[in-house]
Amino acid sequence: MTVQVSPEVNTPISQAAALRAEFLQHLRQLAQAIPSRIASLEPLRNRALGQLQEQEFPTNRDEEWRFNDLSALLSLKLTTAETNPVVQLDDLEAFFMPETASRRLVFVNGVYSESLSALGDLPSGVTVANLAGLDAAWTERLQPYLAQQPNAEELFTTLNTAGLSDVAVVFVPKNVEAAEPIRLLFVSTAADPPTFSQPRVLVIAEANSSITLLEDYLAIADGADDSYFVNPVTEIWLGDNASVNHTRLQRDSRTAVHIGKTAVSLKRSARYTCNALSLGAALSRHHLEVHPTGDQAEVTLNGLTVATGDQESDLHSAIALRQPHCTTRQLQKNIVGDRAHVIFNGKVFVPQAAQLTDAGQLNRNLLLSSKARIDTKPQLEIVADNVKCTHGATVSQLEADEVFYLQSRGIDAASAQQLLIYAFAYEILEKIPIASLRESLASSPLFCPNS
Amino acid sequence: MIGSNDVILSVKDLRAEVDGTEILKGVDLEIRAGEIHAIMGLNGSGKSTFSKVVAGHPDYEVTGGEVIYLGQNLLEMEPEARSRSGIFLAFQYPLEIPGVSNLDFLRVAYNAKRKHQGLEELDAFDFDELVREKLDVVKMDASFLSRSVNEGFSGGEKKRNEILQMALLEPKLAILDETDSGLDIDALKVVADGVNQLANAENAMLVITHYQRLLNYIVPDYVHVMANGRIIRTGTKELALELEERGYEWVLEDATVKA
Repeated sequence: MTVQVSPEVNTPISQAAALRAEFLQHLRQLAQAIPSRIASLEPLRNRALGQLQEQEFPTNRDEEWRFNDLSALLSLKLTTAETNPVVQLDDLEAFFMPETASRRLVFVNGVYSESLSALGDLPSGVTVANLAGLDAAWTERLQPYLAQQPNAEELFTTLNTAGLSDVAVVFVPKNVEAAEPIRLLFVSTAADPPTFSQPRVLVIAEANSSITLLEDYLAIADGADDSYFVNPVTEIWLGDNASVNHTRLQRDSRTAVHIGKTAVSLKRSARYTCNALSLGAALSRHHLEVHPTGDQAEVTLNGLTVATGDQESDLHSAIALRQPHCTTRQLQKNIVGDRAHVIFNGKVFVPQAAQLTDAGQLNRNLLLSSKARIDTKPQLEIVADNVKCTHGATVSQLEADEVFYLQSRGIDAASAQQLLIYAFAYEILEKIPIASLRESLASSPLFCPNS
Repeated sequence: MIGSNDVILSVKDLRAEVDGTEILKGVDLEIRAGEIHAIMGLNGSGKSTFSKVVAGHPDYEVTGGEVIYLGQNLLEMEPEARSRSGIFLAFQYPLEIPGVSNLDFLRVAYNAKRKHQGLEELDAFDFDELVREKLDVVKMDASFLSRSVNEGFSGGEKKRNEILQMALLEPKLAILDETDSGLDIDALKVVADGVNQLANAENAMLVITHYQRLLNYIVPDYVHVMANGRIIRTGTKELALELEERGYEWVLEDATVKA
């Protein structure tokens, strides 16, 4: 028996498909229109542009996108970001931090800003710069790393590569310790029509080096109808015994769309820590992919997502082990209020080669409203037999007993709730290695609107 | 000013339920300034429920009776308003609040009360001085002030912290809900000593306990036995000793016969 599909049912679906195809084609054109600032990267760009022709825009039928509602992105009538936006130091002053005052690389709408950056205090041998501003030898030196992480053909990464214009470069040579934090600040200016920008970051920490990094996405204007789409890609390479402590802060405009990728490769005994905070954007998604390629690597992923109003925020993490004796620890905490929707999809692959892996993953969710939604999908794929792997997910609400304890000490109910929300977030906030950022987040309205 | 013998708390025929199950079935109790009362009874008799109803826990629904506190209808007040007007409940299981220093927490609670009284809030320096004086009451080390509220505290440390809060808030009516549970004898003495230092002619204490041993240190003026959601017998401190010796059976039987 054949099933007749009536045109009434069929038409909206094909219309939606056409809309997605059209939107992707528009994105491709936008990427193509972004001026290339490094001529020798043209082949890389062109290859990615070609790949985009073969790719399709994701739908809920794709397993990796089944919980996402991308309509907020599809509805954006995007244009390429202004290449020369007027942003003054004064506009950014509120976001500056004393710890990074002299180690700050700033991009506005994806374009490097020399006047906003400050790079006066770098350890000897450490390079922090935009690639277009470095000499051609650097481009050659970095080419083996650019777009070379696994899964670089994923749609939004390909899109970023197709519009590759400039790269924020952090290079730490062998045996150099860059303990003081280095900040990569990506500012978006909300505009009408909404802008499209694609920051690109390349971090190389050579053998026995160490670095503390803050990658920060924010908007300096947040008009009610102004929005933008930012599609950043960050690639991090750790040599033998290198250490990278990476804080990634997404606090974009509440009307923005942020789809970002962080891809990390670790060699033998390297240690990577990521503190990923997702606070802003109407729709956000962060792919965090970690590839330990040497044995005894240590991976620590701490995450905090706060979503309220109608925000949707997704963390897609994957740790793909290939070697024995690696340790991974993941703690993802989500606070979801109002009608917001948070997604956690965390994979850990432990193949046969990854014997003696010690992997722990925990996802804890605090649900603040009956209309808030959490989709959590912790996944452990274990083939190796001699391993220690645990995972778990919890969903809880503020307990009446907890609120009551604080009320019984004279603290009003709303403040009591805020204090408890902060207490839930604290376990992640305390891991941020930059004191002034930690403190400003702790006193932000997200955690204590009544203070 | 409340002088000695003024009524602080007057409870009449108080009935309360949780999730549709009636727990308090007509509690009558009067507490005057300068008095120490103890409520004893077996598990499930309604002692903790009574303390939570007086402090205003939202899980308990009051279905009948009245509670008058210093002339006001207590049941109409939010829990925080009860606290600010002088009711203090020392919890059996105090909450842990990671990331909030004990000192900050104490200052917020203290200033909430000051504000309610129309007094100026104390700044961090003045408060620091005040709280250090109060540490002596419970022989607490100053290092506890910089730690997160109750986080990683032992049972005894949590209870001392409760009494420290009490020392700061200077309640008119302090209710100690099984403050002796989980305490070794030394900690018990310290806690009891703290309570005794705070008791005076102007305030009142209500001690809820299973065991007589706490009452060796906090000597009550009145001992009430609670069973099945009511106070079934009231006596002096000797009643506690008799309960220790003979158990609860005889009081329960006695009450059944009278009923």
